[in-house]
Amino acid sequence: MPRPGLLAAALVLAAPVAAAQQVAPQVVGDAIPASLTGQPGDAARGRAIVANRSIGLCLLCHSGPIAEERFQGDLSPSLAGAGSRWSEGQLRLRIVDGARLNADTIMPPYYRTGGVQRVARSFEGKTILSAAQVEDVVAYLATLKD
Amino acid sequence: MKVLRLGIGLAIVFAASWALAQGIVDKGVTDKRRSGTQDMGEALQKMQDDDTANPGMLFVQLGGQLWGKAAGAAGKSCADCHGGAASMKGVAARYPAIPKGTDAPVDLEGRINLCRTANQQADSFPPESRELLALAAYVAHQSRGLPIAPPDDPRLAPFRTRGQDLWKIRQGQLNLSCAICHDDNAGRKLAGVTIPEAHPTGYPIYRLEWQTLGSLKRRLRNCLAGIRAEPYAYDAAEYVMLDLFLMDRAKGMTLESPAVRP
Ligand code: HEC
Ligand code: HEC
Ligand code: HEC
Repeated sequence: MPRPGLLAAALVLAAPVAAAQQVAPQVVGDAIPASLTGQPGDAARGRAIVANRSIGLCLLCHSGPIAEERFQGDLSPSLAGAGSRWSEGQLRLRIVDGARLNADTIMPPYYRTGGVQRVARSFEGKTILSAAQVEDVVAYLATLKD
Repeated sequence: MKVLRLGIGLAIVFAASWALAQGIVDKGVTDKRRSGTQDMGEALQKMQDDDTANPGMLFVQLGGQLWGKAAGAAGKSCADCHGGAASMKGVAARYPAIPKGTDAPVDLEGRINLCRTANQQADSFPPESRELLALAAYVAHQSRGLPIAPPDDPRLAPFRTRGQDLWKIRQGQLNLSCAICHDDNAGRKLAGVTIPEAHPTGYPIYRLEWQTLGSLKRRLRNCLAGIRAEPYAYDAAEYVMLDLFLMDRAKGMTLESPAVRP
């Protein structure tokens, strides 16, 4: 890997959760084909984010093949098999801003700051996940082939 | 010693409640609305119903003591003006209401604090203080078993409508509304927790997670924090408006104060 790429990745990781956008997401059809960081994500880290109730929050609403988390939600489809139903680009758009696909969705926009009201001061102007975290989650979901 | 035993008892009951299947409890034949009590395991429901096990009853007792205690520059107790507990029967079932000579509604705690400042000439109790919660529990307990009966006061309508608007707007970093969880997804599981219909039937409640009694306001602040929304200031009119809307939505349901919640 060339050194500048490594440096950029390190900066993204060092940034506080949900820093300013590194690469503006380019929506093509129902997907964001390109990585938000220019780098592939890490599936193991992505799994930890999805499982974590205060970082990913995914298991509040979803269930998924994460056996050690006993308390999972049933407000939305299971994440099992997500990687065979959707491409990485489709998964990325779903995480970044699901409202682009379904205006009424209750799934939070994980990488969008506009269009939200009365955000708590400590979260104001921040996205729920950082670009690197989105990539990690996408990498993990892509491994869920049923 | 007694406190310790109660603590251990609580811990056991709490653990047991997780293990128990979420009860399918008798609900009215025609009224499909469910109190949060019905979403709890059987052990917690028993704790709530048994006055010797319900920790909220300790606050009711404390409230009874405060009721008879003179305070403030007026040197008067609540009892000096209101008489016995029976005078409070039905009061909690019809709050928030607009006090005489004013034009904005107050909730039960707000009404008690009005009596503190105007009638006892004492400092108002801080929000969530032991004294305020105890008096609110004491007053609300006198309506236990009565149906929620919002007053027929047309001046309340605009405040209630505003409460309904607040209920429906999406807010916070998670971009969710009260209605999304409590209307559209009630009965489903948010992680391990059954989403209740959010009827204010049991307030103030003894919440095991808090290890103390807490007001409806505190509960609403918890929900706002959960969606990463900025909680309204403690003295904000928004809470009273939401309370008005919720009480109207729960009209006719039975008051259960002080309820127990996990
Ligand atoms: C507040 C509830 C909520 C949260 C939190 C949430 N989702 Fe969702 N998600 C939904 C709902 C509801 C859908 C169904 C589609 C829709 O309504 O937009 C969905 C759909 C999806 C889908 C497509 C499902 C399929 O295969 O059809 C994926 C993948 C997904 N979510 C992943 C995630 C991940 C990863 C997280 C955490 C980073 C997450 N969701 C957090 C509610 C949520
Ligand atoms: C993400 C879903 C969600 C949202 C959004 C939400 N709540 Fe809640 N609420 C819950 C859950 C879950 C509980 C039960 C918590 C528990 O028992 O630990 C609850 C509890 C309550 C209760 C207590 C009910 C009882 O039986 O004691 C009330 C009242 C309430 N919410 C009102 C609101 C209001 C008002 C809003 C909007 C400002 C709101 N909630 C937003 C999930 C939500
Ligand atoms: C000096 C006399 C006085 C004292 C002392 C007093 N109150 Fe009051 N209280 C009143 C009056 C007068 C009203 C208004 C009654 C009305 O509007 O018809 C009232 C109303 C109330 C109400 C609402 C009743 C209703 O029917 O809407 C509550 C609750 C209440 N008081 C609680 C308390 C508590 C608790 C205390 C002690 C901390 C207290 N009061 C002390 C005179 C007093």
